[in-house]
Amino acid sequence: MLTNAVALTQPHVLKLAVDDLYRGVTSGKLARYAIILLLIALVGGAFKFLMRHFIIGISRHLEYDLRNDLFAHLQKLPLEYYQRTRTGEIMSRATNDLSAVRMMLGPGIMYMVNTVTVAVVSVACMLAISPRLTFYTLLPLPLVSLTVWFFGDRIHRRFEQIQAQFADISARVQENLSGVRVIRAFTREAREVEVFRGMNHEYLLRNRQLIHVWGVFYPLLGFLSGVAALLALYLGGREVVLGHISLGSFVAFTVYLAMLNWPVVALGWVINLFQRGMASFRRLAEILDVVPSIQSPARGYRPGDRNGADGDGRGRGAQIEIRRLTFRYPGAEAPALRDLSLVVPAGHTVALVGRTGAGKSTVLALLPRLFDPPPGTVLVDGVDVRDWDLHALRARLAIVPQDTFLFSATVAENIGYGVAEGPRDQIERAARIARLDGDVQRFPAGYDTLVGERGITLSGGQRQRTAIARALMRDAPVMLLDDCLSSVDADTEEAILAGLRGEMRRRTTLMVSHRVSAVRDADLIVVLEDGAAVERGTHDALLALGGRYAELHRLQQIEAELEAS
Amino acid sequence: MSPHEEDVLGRAYDHRLMRRLMGYLRPYRGRVLAAVAVVVLDAVVQLAGPWLTMQAIDNGIRHRDLGHLDRVAILYLAVLLIGFGLGYLQTQIMQSVGQRVMMDLRMALFRHLQRLPVSFFDRNPVGRLLTRVTNDVDVLNELFTAGVVAIFGDLFTLLGILIAMSQINAELMGVAFSVLPLILIVTLTFRVKVRRSFRDIRTRLARLNAFLNENLTGMSTVQVLDREPRNFEAFRGINAGHRDAHLQTVFYHAMFFPMLELIGAIAVSLIVWYGGRQVMWTGITLGTLVAFIQYTQRFFRPISDLSEKYNILQQAMASAERIFDLLDTPADSTAPALEPEVAMAGGPPSLDGGFRGHVEFDRVWFAYSGEEWVLRDVSFSLAPGERVALVGATGSGKTTIASLLMGFYRPQSGTIRVDGRPLEDWDLHALRRHVGLVLQDVFLFSGTIAGNLRLGDDRLSDETLERAAREVHAHEFVSRLEGGYRAVVRERGATLSAGQRQLLAFARALACDPRLLVLDEATSSVDTHTETLLQEAVERLMQDRACLVIAHRLSTIQDVDRIVVLHHGRVRETGTHAELLALGGIYDRLYRLQFMSPTRPSSGHGSGSNGALSPPDSQIVDTRIELA
Repeated sequence: MLTNAVALTQPHVLKLAVDDLYRGVTSGKLARYAIILLLIALVGGAFKFLMRHFIIGISRHLEYDLRNDLFAHLQKLPLEYYQRTRTGEIMSRATNDLSAVRMMLGPGIMYMVNTVTVAVVSVACMLAISPRLTFYTLLPLPLVSLTVWFFGDRIHRRFEQIQAQFADISARVQENLSGVRVIRAFTREAREVEVFRGMNHEYLLRNRQLIHVWGVFYPLLGFLSGVAALLALYLGGREVVLGHISLGSFVAFTVYLAMLNWPVVALGWVINLFQRGMASFRRLAEILDVVPSIQSPARGYRPGDRNGADGDGRGRGAQIEIRRLTFRYPGAEAPALRDLSLVVPAGHTVALVGRTGAGKSTVLALLPRLFDPPPGTVLVDGVDVRDWDLHALRARLAIVPQDTFLFSATVAENIGYGVAEGPRDQIERAARIARLDGDVQRFPAGYDTLVGERGITLSGGQRQRTAIARALMRDAPVMLLDDCLSSVDADTEEAILAGLRGEMRRRTTLMVSHRVSAVRDADLIVVLEDGAAVERGTHDALLALGGRYAELHRLQQIEAELEAS
Repeated sequence: MSPHEEDVLGRAYDHRLMRRLMGYLRPYRGRVLAAVAVVVLDAVVQLAGPWLTMQAIDNGIRHRDLGHLDRVAILYLAVLLIGFGLGYLQTQIMQSVGQRVMMDLRMALFRHLQRLPVSFFDRNPVGRLLTRVTNDVDVLNELFTAGVVAIFGDLFTLLGILIAMSQINAELMGVAFSVLPLILIVTLTFRVKVRRSFRDIRTRLARLNAFLNENLTGMSTVQVLDREPRNFEAFRGINAGHRDAHLQTVFYHAMFFPMLELIGAIAVSLIVWYGGRQVMWTGITLGTLVAFIQYTQRFFRPISDLSEKYNILQQAMASAERIFDLLDTPADSTAPALEPEVAMAGGPPSLDGGFRGHVEFDRVWFAYSGEEWVLRDVSFSLAPGERVALVGATGSGKTTIASLLMGFYRPQSGTIRVDGRPLEDWDLHALRRHVGLVLQDVFLFSGTIAGNLRLGDDRLSDETLERAAREVHAHEFVSRLEGGYRAVVRERGATLSAGQRQLLAFARALACDPRLLVLDEATSSVDTHTETLLQEAVERLMQDRACLVIAHRLSTIQDVDRIVVLHHGRVRETGTHAELLALGGIYDRLYRLQFMSPTRPSSGHGSGSNGALSPPDSQIVDTRIELA
């Protein structure tokens, strides 16, 4: 504001200079005017620098805070949210929408402040020179706001239509590319091109409607401010001729008016920024308003809370109990698990087998509360997982998921991803047990080799073994293995299992596998079918039973034979 | 996290790219020239304001000539109206040319994508390609509409001001322009500084987005590993780096614009001082002085505009490079040309010569990459009208054979012949019209059921579709859907069950009535009722035509003329069901494994399903984000 106030004194000096010129003046006085003008510009410039630096700087800080908040919130949202929301959708909000909000808070506010102060002060100065002239020259002003209101609304609507069509085009391209084989097989390429052309044509038409409005809108704003300048020139000129105001006042008046010119044009832009910014803010708020369906209870259970418990229970594992658990995935009709009961005493190993979709992985997903089980059905150390402090609960679990997610970091960092610090010797030890050490030695930079997007791509088996090493690093009392050896060959599987057995003895282990060979040494094997336990017992007992497990065993023997032939 | 720096930012201006980009303006040469003319005229009109003000002051006001003032005012109004008209024309012409060029580019990309080999899509994620067609093209829009022509406008405005000033008073112009070196210094310094920070910002933004994307995709892993606090710290650090990179430019920007204004003020002061003395001594008019001051002020607007354009240019170059890279990826040489007229007027495939459907694989070797052979020395043949089943364990190469036959990939060695003619010599379009393919993973497009059955082939009447659907038992469930054949199918057929999608795929293939059917039976588990329906549908589909079936159903196996057993990419046994069983070899064991188990085995093809612990769909769908 100060900035603008300073800048606005400039025309006043001009007025004095012109008036003096008109009357005759010394060159010394002129030099003084020139220097005053320069000083004003210097002070004004300094203020402008500060304003820009200040407001735009603040907007960057706000953007930073908002982005941090968003990320922190996203970290709290459960798996279910990520399964129903596309990553691209979240990314788009965290980038495009965030930046639109930033534009509103930064440049939007800056130009708004600018526009308002310049308008207020210059109108005030103009009023001081000649109220009548001011009144006349500001006659086009209501027209300006009318224009902004009229066109702003139309531009907004047409813009939305364009965005909708653009989304359709994107979706079409995405589908076309994903279905490339079908399109090729049915020789539908030309047809696809035709349809795409049609959609693009529609996009073009919608854009043209916007262009039409746009083409009138901006020149119209320029025209209206031009009319104001014209009125000032014409009526002001008359005033001077009639002797009502001095020539200097007239010049100053026109300069003030010229200063109004830009804010008027900027007004359209600022309004656009605010409209977009508000719309984007709503989209961001949609994410921020999602209440995480799975939260740590207010005073969650932590093992240390209870007297007598030996800290973290390391060395013997923790007891897992599942009591008459029936579970439905959110939105699903059929239950994934039906009336399942199971006790895994501390230090024991229980294996779940069954066909795909039998509910094996679901059991494992409920323990760390990736999905919430009904109250009182899943207990760790005798405490309902829902009553545990979420972090304390997860800290007691070492999970090897079915699909390994690797981060674009080094091999060592990926292995140590689940622990605060991973000394190299421990990382190497974990890699040795997971039989990853041999592979790592062949990597270009050993444990410091980058994996993921910008590094080397690991094979399915290597990924699984990295995940096993990662879980071993956690050194947690409970190990959950979700079919974690499906991508390694039989020999490697045997070698890894041999290494793991030592680790399993010190821990409670719940494992899921498709392979009989991986589970045969478990203390208890549970066969799941359609979410219910249909057989349970040791390997030998189940073979003797001659049921589904025995059949699975037989088939896998044939398979092994086949593989060897 | 990664020590890699994204060095893909490229130069701000690349002559080669620019030339190629400008080539897209060629069809609209006339309009572009018109736009340039309009812009030049507009620049002239813009300059009239100060000149008219000068006239008004010198000849009107000072001489107290109200008549003259009237005339000037009318002229001024005319100038404003012309300016309005020119402004409208300029926006209209340039924006619509821009939109047309965008459409041309998108069409060129899309058409090119239709002709790229299928293997290309194995290597390039859909999300990235989508970005090319949508966002990268959009970035260029700004270059075409706001950039190219506006630069002309700015240059002409500058030139016009120079001419106008020199006409009015050359000496005073010299005084005003004594600040020019200052402008140059400030602008060049700004450019150098901003270019460096611009690179910095892009790198940091790419890193921020990559980190965010990775964390969103792997969120459940982060959560079960209890790593949220540390990743938040890491994010905060990256976020702060991004912010600080911006704050750096805020400084330069905040310096640059006031600096320009300051230089402008210096020019005005010089004019007041020097010009004022001239007014006193040599009789320059007061109007001249005022006009000069106004011109000087206008001189600085295009200059700050020009530096704004620099950003647009830099982004456009990066996008153009990516677009042209894609366009330069060689298309499949045997891919059908996409002349829309020919394809649309194609009518039913001409059958002269007759497509018989004789397929021959002759010592075919194939690997998707390097030396990892999926097929080794595979030979077999399929006589016209014969039905052959491919059988083998998962990973034995069955599906690959179907892909090769459709011409999606080319074998590294060996020959595939259809009707005695090598595949390379076939117009793939013509070949594919005779071959019906049913894939294991049924792909449905968003639209209607009918649209999915027809797949854009308008020659298929509604009756044909319904008849096909009835024959494969799809009609039953389709008629139960709201809207029947007009029922809406969501993206990838998300609302339909696996069995229903299969039946639709069968109906789709049957409606086309292909001479040769390539069928990859699905292994997904369905309920017994659906299973029966599927079996009957497959039988109907295989009636009266040559078939190559990748079989998973016992009924299918028993119906075929011959069974080819693939094992580890080699053909190991060939014969009828009975012969092969009698042989007691691989088929015998496979048969017991795949077709005799009471519960279908879960080993082998189980791990593809989405376990609850697996990360959510990691495909990057959004497109505005370039993860460098």
